[in-house]
Amino acid sequence: MSRHVVAKAGDIARGTSKIVKVKGREIGIYNLGGEFFALSNRCPHQGGPLCLGRIGGLVLSDGPGEYRVVRPGDFVKCPWHGWEFDIRTGQSWCDPKSTKVRAFQVAVTPGEELVKGPYVAESFPVQVEDEYLVIEM
Amino acid sequence: MNAPAREARVAKKLAIVDCDIHPAFRSPSDLFPFLSERWRQHVATFGEHIRQGIIGQLPHPRMVAYGMRVDALPEDGAPAGSDLGLMQRQHLDTNGVEVGMLISLGRGGMEERNPDFAQALSHAVNEWQLESWVKKEPRLRAGIVVPQEDPEFAVSEIERRADDPRFVQVIMSPRANEPIGHRRYWPIYAAAEQAGKPIGLHTAGYSGGHASTGIGWPNFYIEEHFANATSLQGVMTSLVFEGVFERFPKLKIALIEGGFAWVPAHCWRMDKHWERMREEVPHVKRKPSEYVREHFWYTTQPIEEPEKPEHLTEVIEWIGWDRLMFSTDYPHWDFDDPRFAFKIALSEEQKNKVFRENAKTVYGIK
Repeated sequence: MSRHVVAKAGDIARGTSKIVKVKGREIGIYNLGGEFFALSNRCPHQGGPLCLGRIGGLVLSDGPGEYRVVRPGDFVKCPWHGWEFDIRTGQSWCDPKSTKVRAFQVAVTPGEELVKGPYVAESFPVQVEDEYLVIEM
Repeated sequence: MNAPAREARVAKKLAIVDCDIHPAFRSPSDLFPFLSERWRQHVATFGEHIRQGIIGQLPHPRMVAYGMRVDALPEDGAPAGSDLGLMQRQHLDTNGVEVGMLISLGRGGMEERNPDFAQALSHAVNEWQLESWVKKEPRLRAGIVVPQEDPEFAVSEIERRADDPRFVQVIMSPRANEPIGHRRYWPIYAAAEQAGKPIGLHTAGYSGGHASTGIGWPNFYIEEHFANATSLQGVMTSLVFEGVFERFPKLKIALIEGGFAWVPAHCWRMDKHWERMREEVPHVKRKPSEYVREHFWYTTQPIEEPEKPEHLTEVIEWIGWDRLMFSTDYPHWDFDDPRFAFKIALSEEQKNKVFRENAKTVYGIK
């Protein structure tokens, strides 16, 4: 396990995401209302590029003609077969018991701490005055 | 091992035959080199009249990206499936496709009402498959797209390409003007049988102007997608009970993208009714399931995914491991990945049949 600095916190605006590469694996980093989450860019169903999928809420219904959207922005929908995953946990919505996409912890860390090392900066210089996203894997 | 080398090794090991790849036009003018000035002018002036009420639109809004894999959209904004380079990199190379069958939907005459234009489109789309795809990428194989409502022309187009191994099948619409077991279509079956090429029936399109389901137009895309299976059940029933296989004992039918798990139950029902009502159709001399076992093959995508995967094994045992042909449906959204589509463990022999040999046998690929 090593810790990887993957992006500047300010690079990923609220409600958006960014795909980064860590140890050759693609990881999608999501900013949900200022909190950061990371998912493997590989759908556990058939291996589709999950993190290219649309971000949205769950559309639920209490009966025909009645619709409501819950937790807007908290789910990503795989662009191949449409499986929905909770960005916060990686849990599948349609098959929560047995399907989960790999999720990673994202820490927001001040650059001041990072410059002391030992961290792996992926592709950009770390500056003392900024905040960075760090993944351990 | 680094990632590209690992991918290359996996791809080589797969060495699959993909029985459903959709090439797309960048624009209608892609066919212009293969159309006469008379029809180029027609397209420019009138456009095409496909057989559904909505021109240039799908009957139901589909998933994101117009029903395509999001990652299959070329960067320059062209339609998914229109860029051979991307298809090679993303699919043929990565997934180890040794042979890929082009299934050209949309423009191609199957859905065109103007009969003369349908002829021109059929010929043009067949030339286009050769010039723009197969000549540039020999792993790909073309299908002879014919306007099924014009059997005389269809026969001439089949005969023109009968000895060309780059064309492996005859493609017509499963939703024709009439149920496709009807005798007006028999000349097409005679020509296909003579040429030794299967009839490929890809569930799509609205050639006959019929609703997508047998009970009318549904409200939701999910219902239309489900009708892929039920429409091909209608096709199977029609071909069997009209006596097509009594007349054409060597005819091969490939049902493309209609699922297969329904086949056992459908055959049980046909057999049961045949035992009681065979007097109505005395030309159907054998049990319907016997014709089905001899004449039909099924592509696998979108594969059924039962809760207990072993149920799929039971279904395939009934249908026969020699009847399934792997397909991906690239670049459509419901693409099946050869590595992950089957949630059951296949033996090496079963894998070899489903991913390679069945298709090679059916399509006569050396």
